[in-house]
Amino acid sequence: MAIFPPVQRVWWNEPIERTEILWITISLVWAIILFFMMPYWHLAGEQNLSNEAYKIRPEVFAERTEAMAEKYTVREEGDTGIPVVRPPAGSDIYMLGRLWEWWPILELEKDQTYRLHLSSMDYQHGFSLLPENINLQVHPDYEMVVTIKPNRAGEYSVVCNEYCGIGHHTMVGKIYVVDK
Amino acid sequence: MGDTETGVPAPGTTPGSSGDEEPIPFMQQVLDNPFLLLFLGVAIPTVFYIIWGVMEVIAIPMTN
Amino acid sequence: MANDANFRTCPDTGFKIHLPADRLIKWNAVTGVVFLLIGGIFGIAVALTRWPTVHLLPADMFYLVLTAHGFNALLVWIIFFEMAILYFASSVLLGCRLATPKWAWAAYALMLIGAVVTNIAVLRGDSSVMFTSYVPMKAAPDFYLGIIVFAVGALIGCFVFFGTLVIAKREKTYEGSLPLVTFGAVTAAIIAVFTIGSGAVILIPTLLWSVDLVAHIDTLMYKIVWWALGHGSQQINVAAQIALWYALAAILFGAKPLSEKVSRTAFLLYILFLQLASAHHLLVDPGLSSEYKIFNTSYALYLAVLASMIHGLTVPGAVEAAQRKKGYNNGLFEWLRRAPWGNPSFSGFALSLVLFGFLGGISGVMMGTEQLNIITHNTMYVPGHFHGTVVVGTTLTFMAFAYWVVPVLWQRELVFPGLAKWQPYLFGIGMGLASVFMMGAGTLGIPRRHWDINFADAVMSYDFPGAAYLMMGLNGLAALIGGVGGAIFILNMVGTILWGKKKVKAAAAEEKAPEQPAAVSSYGNAGTLAVPGTFTLAMVFLVAFVLYYFVNWKYLAGVWPLS
Repeated sequence: MAIFPPVQRVWWNEPIERTEILWITISLVWAIILFFMMPYWHLAGEQNLSNEAYKIRPEVFAERTEAMAEKYTVREEGDTGIPVVRPPAGSDIYMLGRLWEWWPILELEKDQTYRLHLSSMDYQHGFSLLPENINLQVHPDYEMVVTIKPNRAGEYSVVCNEYCGIGHHTMVGKIYVVDK
Repeated sequence: MGDTETGVPAPGTTPGSSGDEEPIPFMQQVLDNPFLLLFLGVAIPTVFYIIWGVMEVIAIPMTN
Repeated sequence: MANDANFRTCPDTGFKIHLPADRLIKWNAVTGVVFLLIGGIFGIAVALTRWPTVHLLPADMFYLVLTAHGFNALLVWIIFFEMAILYFASSVLLGCRLATPKWAWAAYALMLIGAVVTNIAVLRGDSSVMFTSYVPMKAAPDFYLGIIVFAVGALIGCFVFFGTLVIAKREKTYEGSLPLVTFGAVTAAIIAVFTIGSGAVILIPTLLWSVDLVAHIDTLMYKIVWWALGHGSQQINVAAQIALWYALAAILFGAKPLSEKVSRTAFLLYILFLQLASAHHLLVDPGLSSEYKIFNTSYALYLAVLASMIHGLTVPGAVEAAQRKKGYNNGLFEWLRRAPWGNPSFSGFALSLVLFGFLGGISGVMMGTEQLNIITHNTMYVPGHFHGTVVVGTTLTFMAFAYWVVPVLWQRELVFPGLAKWQPYLFGIGMGLASVFMMGAGTLGIPRRHWDINFADAVMSYDFPGAAYLMMGLNGLAALIGGVGGAIFILNMVGTILWGKKKVKAAAAEEKAPEQPAAVSSYGNAGTLAVPGTFTLAMVFLVAFVLYYFVNWKYLAGVWPLS
């Protein structure tokens, strides 16, 4: 029994029963499939994260975000005072996380690609794009670059899903996706 | 039924009693050595998970 | 070696028990259960707050209580109980004196002091940083200090365990190889050394940073090293709980492992690769390469998943073989039908095995896949997964083991045997459902660690679908059922220790004496019956695994293209 030492002095040479061999073989094949799904998706799938990232000071990231907003603001969101920014298709777009907002609101064209830059001004934040359910971790001092291609028009919310203090649950941003 | 141990070179032995006829296989020696396992179990994740990961973080370039 | 006044012979099991080890096992186990109670109460408060129509706590209290719940339930409860398991698997199973009981008591004291210090810091209200305490969010210095002291204590406990192995070998208290259960405990202890050591390594500079002696802690490096603690400590659980599964199969059924070689090799795969899975937490973080992510998140080619699937067959397989030997040989499942479903040690063990595999195991592999993590990271899916591992896996296994070990060590009878019969079902099914509902809410995007999914105070908001609200409500309800189950367990344990009827020597045969039974004691598969029932169940598991895995790829394929 498992609570006593093995009875045989040499147990390594014991034969393995067929059921076990069969299960181990099946499991190993499945493990290999699980493994190769990841590189396969890099080749054949459309949802992969780039490894493009930079160290950046928060002020620098904020400057770039503000520069984009200054250039491309098209309106303000209701009476919130938050700019809605519509950068040209294919361009570099910025969204920053800070206590407790995602800034600014972006307006993107459907089926166009954008290089989305994300970083935080303070704590870590969680970029959770809903209802897509795309979730990315946003760090201060690091800038992550992901190429996105919104494929459905509509109003999307960015909810923070990394705890960032007492106002965490009020941290919501927006992305509009519009037909051309 | 529990006593038929076909295919086992030294059947029906109790620990220690069979003495030194059969050498302990290499893998059994490895599995019987907790400190070797401790070394491997600490070294492998330290190298592949922590050190590799920290090296990649260090290699992240400054923005231009 | 053991003709020492310091030993007693257990009347139920015949084990020679070293008295200092006996006391240490008891104190560590009882302290663990006390922290389970504390962590459990916080957990109920969390579940009730996240039940949208109840919304029990105000925001600041919610984040405070959630921090306390994570720390007590994920770290303190299980590591105390694991210390008891380590001392049991070394000193008791090997019939050996425990190495340096004084150091073991020092370990216990440090762990207790550390746990209390951190709890005070959290309850004071200035350290609501969550269990993960991601920098640069700063907790009070004593928050980190308590965890460091706790970790140092636990490390000392691990070395007492290794020291006991050395003594047992030198004093020849056993012959040949270690028992499989002790080998499983070795696996747990090795993982513990790495994981607890990593925790100390990252929290010491963080402590210095919190008192302004260190200027800056890199957020990414913190996450990498911290998760060696955060995830690794849950891998201690996996190894410890599987060791206990083998122990319970042996104790309840006289079952022998189908193959020593296979089971030990599976544990070896854990030792080598299981801890790489800490990378699960870094899959959507900036700057880490896909090579790093794929290698680590897959435990090097999913070899640790292979090991879990092997244990998933060999543990019930050993039970099936033993039952068939007893004559329960009709059809595929007579052996299972005729198992002692009214014995909480068995029902807890059986439920934990099934729920751990189906809920915790499958979900863990799914969201640990590099790309699939994009659609689960930091959603309620994550707590859904780890309540499927730590709660209905580890905690339920520990409960099942406690139903056997507490009456044996204290030589008292359970105070509420009738309630004990139902307890594993109540706890297992309640918390299993909670896990399922959390995962369901996560697939609908509900964030974890979030006080208000109505966004009542927010400038902008998001309307979650009604189904998501329903899931969070059902989660609260299921957690309450599980909470009742947990309360009954604690009541039973504390009651038994304090007021349980002393066992009469003659009548003590209630627990089967785990002597080496001649019929099933020898090793080698040639002597083992085939286990068609277990194989059938394993194939059912595999089909569920494959289907669920690919369904999630289909979900992923539907979201915005990212590159």
